[in-house]
Amino acid sequence: MEINNFTPITALIGGSLIGLSAIILLASNGKLAGISGVIGGVLTPSARSDMDWRILFLTGLLLGAFLYRWLFDPLTPISLHASTVAVVVGGILTGFGTSIGNGCTSGHGVCGLAQRSLRSLVATMSFMVTGTATVYLLRHTL
Amino acid sequence: MRTALFLVSGILFGLGLCISQMVNPAKVLGFLDIAGTWDPSLAFVMLAAVGVCLAGFPLTKSMLSKPVLEGVFPKRSELPIDKKLILGAAIFGIGWGTVGLCPGPALASLAYGTPKSYLFVVCMLIGMLTAKYLLHTRLSNQ
Repeated sequence: MEINNFTPITALIGGSLIGLSAIILLASNGKLAGISGVIGGVLTPSARSDMDWRILFLTGLLLGAFLYRWLFDPLTPISLHASTVAVVVGGILTGFGTSIGNGCTSGHGVCGLAQRSLRSLVATMSFMVTGTATVYLLRHTL
Repeated sequence: MRTALFLVSGILFGLGLCISQMVNPAKVLGFLDIAGTWDPSLAFVMLAAVGVCLAGFPLTKSMLSKPVLEGVFPKRSELPIDKKLILGAAIFGIGWGTVGLCPGPALASLAYGTPKSYLFVVCMLIGMLTAKYLLHTRLSNQ
């Protein structure tokens, strides 16, 4: 196995900031920072009091990304090489799967694991297995 | 105070995703591509995020009797480990491996102005709404 493009320092810094974000949210209103869940609650509103924190948090997430680009790195683009069809299919599967499975990388993979939830460990293993299998199929067999 | 806490929490999340480059699909696919040139960065992001939360969640709960603004601290989910969880996460993983975006990074990627990431987010929202509609009709039929 060849290792490539490994950036451990920025990975650890970025991951710590995500953890800190989740702690602030938990300390504020007891909610877990699972992004699919935060978005899901906006799509199917239950109570008004449950809405504003979601909008504020998601606005902050976008602001943080814009701030990063503006302050540190305005020139580096992201590389999204998937075809338009793949983006449509991948987007729908991502939205559908995270709703059915109650969580994504942040909900199950970060907050769930930090809660020592067996359920989240099972979900994380499930999406890691199909994620790596999909990349293998698309990159090395087709 | 309320607005600031949720915004700051979101901003840190967005900054973390950008600094760690998890917002870049090529970086994520590099992690999932274990048969190619492997990039372990994503594992370090998750390790740091989970590590910070593993320490921070119990500390927060022991320092505060309840969240500072509203709500209660979450208990570990008591939902079952069932087909819905495993299949949902598996479907999400296929979408993740197809494009290299999951819900949080997909939102943050909007700051990079790549048209395909806008398309991805729209399709993801459609996938979420479809799943919620199907779950809702299935529940009301039972």
